[in-house]
Amino acid sequence: MNLRLYILQRATAALLAPLVLMHLSVILYASGHDLSAAAILGRTRGSVLWGGFYGLFVVAAATHAAIGLRVIAAEWTGLGRRGLEALMWAAFVLLAGLGLLAVAAVVLA
Amino acid sequence: MPDIEVSLWRGKADGRYQVYRVPQRDNQTVLDVVTWVQRHADPSLAYRFACRVGMCGSCAMTVNGRPRWTCRTHTAKVIVAGKLEIGPLANLPIIKDLACDLTPFFEKWQRAKGRFEPRLTRRDAAQRVIPTTPARLAADAAIECINCAVCYAACDTVKWNPGYLGPAALNRAWTLLNDERDAGNRQRLAAIAAVGGCHACHSHQSCQQHCPNHLNPTASIAGLKRATMAAYIRGELE
Repeated sequence: MNLRLYILQRATAALLAPLVLMHLSVILYASGHDLSAAAILGRTRGSVLWGGFYGLFVVAAATHAAIGLRVIAAEWTGLGRRGLEALMWAAFVLLAGLGLLAVAAVVLA
Repeated sequence: MPDIEVSLWRGKADGRYQVYRVPQRDNQTVLDVVTWVQRHADPSLAYRFACRVGMCGSCAMTVNGRPRWTCRTHTAKVIVAGKLEIGPLANLPIIKDLACDLTPFFEKWQRAKGRFEPRLTRRDAAQRVIPTTPARLAADAAIECINCAVCYAACDTVKWNPGYLGPAALNRAWTLLNDERDAGNRQRLAAIAAVGGCHACHSHQSCQQHCPNHLNPTASIAGLKRATMAAYIRGELE
């Protein structure tokens, strides 16, 4: 892992720590108040705050996970530098794509 | 006292353990056991030692699955059910029996710029070193490495990533980074921030768990991670 990737992974980890706590709080609140899907969508639709919060969450998680997978692949597979880069970017695009689709589904729907 | 059933690694990487019966003695070290086998059972046994008092770092071996300095390890503390298994250090090529080739270990020492680069010449007056500065205290905490390669053999990351510099070389780089008499830190930081450098460490802490001198290379590597990050932010590293 080079220094830039290391810093990026540590920075996204620092960002994810409060975001995960907030995400867990949201889950506990929603289940504790028996919020229906319609009630949740009523809060998230068109919301810049929720769109921004979960958009940031998805990008940070996808970045952090893709770099981590690159490290694991470097140690456990014989992939060369190009293969590792391809794997990292594929993981990022997949995770960020799926995550952002989900965010769009609850914010833009 | 009953004899010890000692399994010793014989041969190269494709070798096998061979069992010997060695008389058990009071205050007997693992190195004493190996020496007994060479002198009384099989003179062709290859192993390495020099000082016998825990200073030279040449006698490290794998004892019952753990890397240890054999000259300071008493058999009474490590025998399990009357048995001892003694093999060469892990993560290094085996030359023969219990002797490993330490070339990769010391090459990485050089790759990590573990060599002192003097700031002054012999014509300058000797530099005063204040022993209580935070940098000197950090260097002193990590300086007593005897190059025994126990940490290198214990390191999971070295096992998984043969290009990784390893705990000893990085610990050495940390002591020099904190040495105000040294002038080689720019190149040193670049060397330890490269692929296989300090950022490959997973902080499993096997190095500090097994270090016979109770050093903490994991802490030194954490210091290097902070130092390289700071250098990157200052624009001194790419």
